[in-house]
Amino acid sequence: MIPHAEPPLTDTLRAYEIPEGVRLEFRLAGPVVRACAWAIDAAIRGLLYVLLALGLSLLGGIGVGIMLIGFFLIEWFYPVVFELHKGATPGKQAMGIWVIQDNGTPVSPAASVIRNLLRAVDFLPLFYALGLLSMLLDREFRRLGDLAAGTLVVYRDQPGERKMTAEARVSKPAVELSREEQMVLLAFAERGGGLSSARRIELAELLRDLTGLTGQAAVDRLYAYANWIVRGHAQAASYRAASPPGQAGP
Amino acid sequence: MRQEQFEQEHAELWQALEEQLADLEQPRFKRIQKRMGGPEFPSRYRRVCTHYSLALSRAYSPALQERLHSLVLRGHPHLYRQQTAWRWRILHFVLLGFPRALRRHSSYFWVSLAVFLLPALLVGVGCYQDRDLIYSILDEQTVASMETMYDPANRQPGRAPERSSETDFVMFGYYIMNNIGIGFRAFAGGILLGVGTLFLLLFNGVVLGGVAGHLTRLGYQDTFWPFVSGHGAFELTAIVICGAAGLMLGHALLAPGQRTRLMALKQQAAAALQLVMGAALMLLLAAFIEAFWSSSSLPIGAKYSVAALLWLLVVLYLGWMGRSNRGSH
Repeated sequence: MIPHAEPPLTDTLRAYEIPEGVRLEFRLAGPVVRACAWAIDAAIRGLLYVLLALGLSLLGGIGVGIMLIGFFLIEWFYPVVFELHKGATPGKQAMGIWVIQDNGTPVSPAASVIRNLLRAVDFLPLFYALGLLSMLLDREFRRLGDLAAGTLVVYRDQPGERKMTAEARVSKPAVELSREEQMVLLAFAERGGGLSSARRIELAELLRDLTGLTGQAAVDRLYAYANWIVRGHAQAASYRAASPPGQAGP
Repeated sequence: MRQEQFEQEHAELWQALEEQLADLEQPRFKRIQKRMGGPEFPSRYRRVCTHYSLALSRAYSPALQERLHSLVLRGHPHLYRQQTAWRWRILHFVLLGFPRALRRHSSYFWVSLAVFLLPALLVGVGCYQDRDLIYSILDEQTVASMETMYDPANRQPGRAPERSSETDFVMFGYYIMNNIGIGFRAFAGGILLGVGTLFLLLFNGVVLGGVAGHLTRLGYQDTFWPFVSGHGAFELTAIVICGAAGLMLGHALLAPGQRTRLMALKQQAAAALQLVMGAALMLLLAAFIEAFWSSSSLPIGAKYSVAALLWLLVVLYLGWMGRSNRGSH
């Protein structure tokens, strides 16, 4: 396993450096979301059992034989098929999580089979008691099957739609801002659209020392600062003059 | 460089990679690009990786970082997916890989065999001599149903002759579900420090030994032994192999040696999986033999000679298949 770059003690974020020299970040999925995914899968499996039983019982003895083989395959290999194909069972897909190797690559066939064979033990003594215990004791929420297979269950991030502010003005902050401070302003500008206006004003007024403003004016001023961070003054103007219209970024 | 300029310069590339990924993430038959996405994919992906690092180091806005991170995250599995010739690998595994893997871990096999066979022999002999011992292993109903099943007076145990081929198929399905399931559980139980595996081996050994001893004592040997001897070659051997795989897990946890317990467990599990998969194939074959051959009413001589042949086959396959000329494997 690739050693983590000292994650904070209580964080569920795990990062792996890939050959391209950048770090991939994964957020671990905990017991509750995995239990929900399991419940969805259990319902789908139940439905498959019923359909199989209804459809094949019409065929007599051979149908029953095929049905039993089908039961066997669903019991042991339903998750394997989906994990190898899509990285996640339908239940996991619905919950937005998937299975990966603990080095960040997609789950391998061998690992998928191991983690799903060991499901039989995770289930013991009843309703995944051992698996839950193992997940609660392990910092990475791994059940016994995950430990043996070297797999993790993580969230599949869906980046939200980006709403940069409509504020067009550009204003240079009066003081030099550190990187962290700049990031905070950018995050405010990008996520402000999702907040109520009262909350936006409340947040913006925290920086009254910087802006010297209150109310909506403070919000607009912070947006203008963010615009300055993204565009700059002169550079941006000249660049935009040079590029054809309609080619703006997202 | 300011973020806005950076975005305008590279928006086209990001868009292209995004579209390519959306295509690659579809099921194979819907894809435009059947293979990995041509020579542009790796270079596009690597350039976006660079852009992501730049976005981080230049403190561009969180949303842009997030967008580039998501592109890298989505591209990574497509570039580093394991693409293997699985048909060839299965053939290679069946012919060479499985027997070699078993011989590499033969000590586990012998331990597993002992745990299974010694109690079976002990209880078998006990039940052969003592008529009541079987009732301390199985309840009366089970014993009674076993007795009727193998009673020589009952020529076709448990079924009407005209439906025999259909019943055979039902039993085929049942043996697959039941026996391979036992094999898988014997493996999985190994993660409980080997205790689950030991219990399953012991339990199955005691029950099988007891039933065999009891039925022989009743004089049903001519129905019982010809029935079990054929598929037993594959079935019993495979269960012992699954037990060996489970013991490998237990051993890794109890005595990891120089490795951490977790690392030992992961390595042993990967090695043990080969044994389990090979054993599952053997159990599949055993289910076929049991359903369609063992239940047939051929003369005892034919049954025994085929059984002897099957045992010889198993021993030769597991013991000698895939040995190189130098005998190093």
